[in-house]
Amino acid sequence: MSAYFLCLVLFCVGLYCILRKRNLIKIIIGLAIIEYAVNLFFVLAGYRIHGRAPILAADQEIVNMVDPLVQAIVLTAIVIGLATTALIVAIAIRIYDKYGTFDITRINKLKG
Amino acid sequence: MKANQTGMTLIVKTITRLTVGLILLYGIYIVLHGHLSPGGGFPGGVIIALSFIHIMLAFGKDMAFKKLNQARASFFENLGAIIFLSVAIIGFAGGYFFLNFLSKGEPFSLFSAGTIPLYNIAICFKVAAGLFLIFVALVVLSRKEEE
Amino acid sequence: MIELHLLLLFMIVGAIVAVEVGDLISSVVAVGAVGLGLSLVFLVLKAPDLAITQLVVEILCLIILIRATIKRDLPLIKSGRWHFNTFSTLLFIVVFLLLAFISLHDLPGFGKPLLRVASNYLREGFLRTGSANLVTSVILDFRAYDTLGEATVLFTAVMGVMVVMRRIGRKKE
Repeated sequence: MSAYFLCLVLFCVGLYCILRKRNLIKIIIGLAIIEYAVNLFFVLAGYRIHGRAPILAADQEIVNMVDPLVQAIVLTAIVIGLATTALIVAIAIRIYDKYGTFDITRINKLKG
Repeated sequence: MKANQTGMTLIVKTITRLTVGLILLYGIYIVLHGHLSPGGGFPGGVIIALSFIHIMLAFGKDMAFKKLNQARASFFENLGAIIFLSVAIIGFAGGYFFLNFLSKGEPFSLFSAGTIPLYNIAICFKVAAGLFLIFVALVVLSRKEEE
Repeated sequence: MIELHLLLLFMIVGAIVAVEVGDLISSVVAVGAVGLGLSLVFLVLKAPDLAITQLVVEILCLIILIRATIKRDLPLIKSGRWHFNTFSTLLFIVVFLLLAFISLHDLPGFGKPLLRVASNYLREGFLRTGSANLVTSVILDFRAYDTLGEATVLFTAVMGVMVVMRRIGRKKE
């Protein structure tokens, strides 16, 4: 149960970064930390004590496996997270080219 | 002489020349053994994309585009999507979408598990080409403007 | 499970460093350390597929983030009335953690998953697909629609990056 709580603390660190920081790159880093925390929570929920990895071998009977379903979901989520991070970085680079700063309080001339 | 001026130093280039083939080979191994051991299309595709990015970081963009240019990368991405969808649609002949219509084969051998290796290869093409295109767009296209 | 808790504490410390350090490059390197720690946590939690994927994805993510921050560093801005923002953020986080701590007792305990759907996959996965890696059999056979949607999202992200980063007003040759 304490592992769940540490995972939620990690989530809150990322949340604090997104809500409090004014630098766009720091906000992207906060999003990445939140993504790690959510993926970790999924895998923690599927773990079984003294479990084995869900991969069969040729000459032995393996019982007591961990949950393969959450691993399949997280496997796609990791790659999607990379793609969305790249998209956000591209938008941030464009904003820097236009305004010359990453500070979100100075990006207020929203026109055209 | 001109070729030596782009990219990084001689040490980095020599080490890259030695290691990049091994990285590519490891990616292909990860993809082909995705149904037997940890791995599959996603990590294998990312490793293959990293091998091309490795060339681009060490030798500059001209050398990397000689191996895999933008048009060819987008061709491979579309090819991956078409393989994935067409293998899925062929399943309609037997009943439903994503039907595993090939024979299961010998268990724990390389050619087994029906259509799963085909899906792995398709996803590998798609992920590798897509991530390489993302990197090219972020690094090369924006640097052209700064010059 | 002492190693799991040590790795989680390492990740939290790395995340706090990444949030609070002033230099942007240091911040990006710290978030890379958090990602590599997550890869080790996946290995401890018996998920080798995820460990490999997280490792390689983290390297690529680090390259992209360094590309974004290099030569673009700027000093942090400390002025401005942000006390209300800090106070409300901390209050929200405290309330969130309190409610989460209460509601964690309703979850199945750590190490005792429900496996209501997954037990079916574990029992029949090898017989019906012939794939020794059960994670692959789930993402490419039982739940292949999920992978199809993932491919669509990846394609859309690639197109978005190309559109955003392309040169505006390309001249005709």
